[in-house]
Amino acid sequence: MNRRTIVIIGAFFAINLFLASASFAQQRGAAPAGRGATTPTPTPAAPAPATPRNADGRPDLNGIWQALDGPNWNIEPHAADFGTVPQLGAIDAVPPGTGIVENETIPYKPEALAKRAENYKNRMSLDPEAKCYLPGVPRAMYMPQPFQIVQSTDFIMMAFQYASAIRTVYMTDHKPSPAPSWMGWSNGHWEGDTLVIETTGLDERTWFDRAGNFHSDELKVIERISVRSADTLNYEATIEDPKVFTHTWKISLPLYRRVDKSAQVLEFKCMEFVEELLYGHLRKQPAK
Amino acid sequence: MRNRVRATSISLVVTIGLWIPASVLPQARGGTQTRQAPRAQSPRSAQPVQPAQPAPPAPPQHTQPAPAKAPAGWTQKTPDGQPDIQGFWSTATSVPLERPTACGSREFYTEEEMKAGARGCTSEAATTDTADNGAQRGGTKTPADATPHYDLAQFGLNIKTMAESNRTSMIVGPEGRIPPLSPEGQERQAELAAKQAAMRGHEFDQAENRSLTERCILWNSEGPPVLSPGYNSNVQIVQGQGYVMILQEMMHDARLIPLDNRPHVSSNVAQWFGDSRGHWEGDTLVVETTNYNGRNPFQRISSESLKVTERFKRIDEATLQYEFTIEDPVWTKPWTAVVSWAKTDGPLFEYACHEGNYGMVNILLGARAQEREAAAKDR
Repeated sequence: MNRRTIVIIGAFFAINLFLASASFAQQRGAAPAGRGATTPTPTPAAPAPATPRNADGRPDLNGIWQALDGPNWNIEPHAADFGTVPQLGAIDAVPPGTGIVENETIPYKPEALAKRAENYKNRMSLDPEAKCYLPGVPRAMYMPQPFQIVQSTDFIMMAFQYASAIRTVYMTDHKPSPAPSWMGWSNGHWEGDTLVIETTGLDERTWFDRAGNFHSDELKVIERISVRSADTLNYEATIEDPKVFTHTWKISLPLYRRVDKSAQVLEFKCMEFVEELLYGHLRKQPAK
Repeated sequence: MRNRVRATSISLVVTIGLWIPASVLPQARGGTQTRQAPRAQSPRSAQPVQPAQPAPPAPPQHTQPAPAKAPAGWTQKTPDGQPDIQGFWSTATSVPLERPTACGSREFYTEEEMKAGARGCTSEAATTDTADNGAQRGGTKTPADATPHYDLAQFGLNIKTMAESNRTSMIVGPEGRIPPLSPEGQERQAELAAKQAAMRGHEFDQAENRSLTERCILWNSEGPPVLSPGYNSNVQIVQGQGYVMILQEMMHDARLIPLDNRPHVSSNVAQWFGDSRGHWEGDTLVVETTNYNGRNPFQRISSESLKVTERFKRIDEATLQYEFTIEDPVWTKPWTAVVSWAKTDGPLFEYACHEGNYGMVNILLGARAQEREAAAKDR
């Protein structure tokens, strides 16, 4: 090996080292500081893998999926924090999260921001999750429990472990929402290999997370779901609600396949777990 | 509604086709077994004393349409090659689970009886059977009422949404009744009755004392096995790669049934709807369910050891044959029932029971108010 080769190899390593440390610094810098910085959009896997497909030629979304990083605590970026029940110690403490909101901040109207603050203060009693109510859309998609997609040509079903919630996505028989409901009315179609779902008719009582982020009965959610890799999906949703927000905004997160062999959506029928909370004050004393 | 008229006429043909070859032809499934001709038996002798130990699981003995007589079978497949049983189905039926005693061992009505609309095998049907009798077998109340006071239309039930059937009972075989309880079953029945007796006078003390249905935990006919809840009797079936999903409108509960022969979940995981595993046997989806928590006992008596084997077979565009076999040591032997589901129109609406459970609040508020009033009077 002559001197020149050594120099070239050395330079190659130096450049690599520089690039690696630069990108590391960038990542570190972006996370805590980045107010107003770019979206935490999941990086598309490159090069794009061959999309797994169903027998009908559509991308295969079948499987058991789950979000990570706890956006259900707060979809905006947030540091770790105290919980609401001191007796529960660290069990109830809020874990930190980088958030799933594009541009980090939800564009509330001023009066709505005040309501969000009120919600946050009283979240223990107001959060519909505390009452085991159906989670609505998009919250159902990132609850800390798995859900399963059962995909046929005419219907794409999403069955959630939490509260036995269910979403029916009508792929062919598109109708306007017949009445408000907790899980809304979802019409879906394919744009290339992306499943696009428009959901309306959402009950105004659902929230986005445990931090009191909320919407009105004018909420419209447009979701885009595509295959990211064999075991991940890209999920993004555009949120429209002129009553509450100054403009539309977006969330995005990856959904991870539960690859454990025994993965299964089980029953979390939480109605009986909340009877003390909801009806305890109406109990006969002493009760039997 | 578009398929209703056709549905009824086809299912009539099918059910008659079911009846005629049933006693003379080998069963479609199993092949070698020849069906017993119905024996003339009195209702009493139809229920002989049963051995104390539950009999080993017997293959279900109901009739399938014999290939020669049945109309061309349902051949439509899903894109991934499963027999296509997808759609919205009504579980409503006019056939009682247990056979009216007046029908004896008669499993099917005659064509004349069907035409005349007569049911129950006599104008005074079911008078020989008492509610007590039914309860002793751990079961149902008096099954068939010859003069039903219900106007089905009040529940949005149109006779055309029911698959027509000439069966005298869903339960198949010469007995047509839920078998007697085993000693274990009698013990469980006594325990459950004692619990209920202890609850007397305390029914309104707290939410936990109300029924599972009032508490919006589930509708007690959801099973499995699935029986008609009386109204909103709607089921949606969707098939995805490797899975069949069965959604019941009440109460938005989806069963996710894997088809890959995986073992049941750990016995530590006991669930309201158990744990279901499925596979295809020809055109029939066979689903086996175990891991029940025993807190919604089927026929108010089944135990955690309940095992249910369901068979879904689409007979034609508009009819799904639903069969189930019950095995549980509380009964002296396994028993099998079959019922037809008619195709119905979607969609299913969201049955958000718990979220709107003002009824529970009002029940408890009312009870507390009554107690206060009573206390005021005593003073």
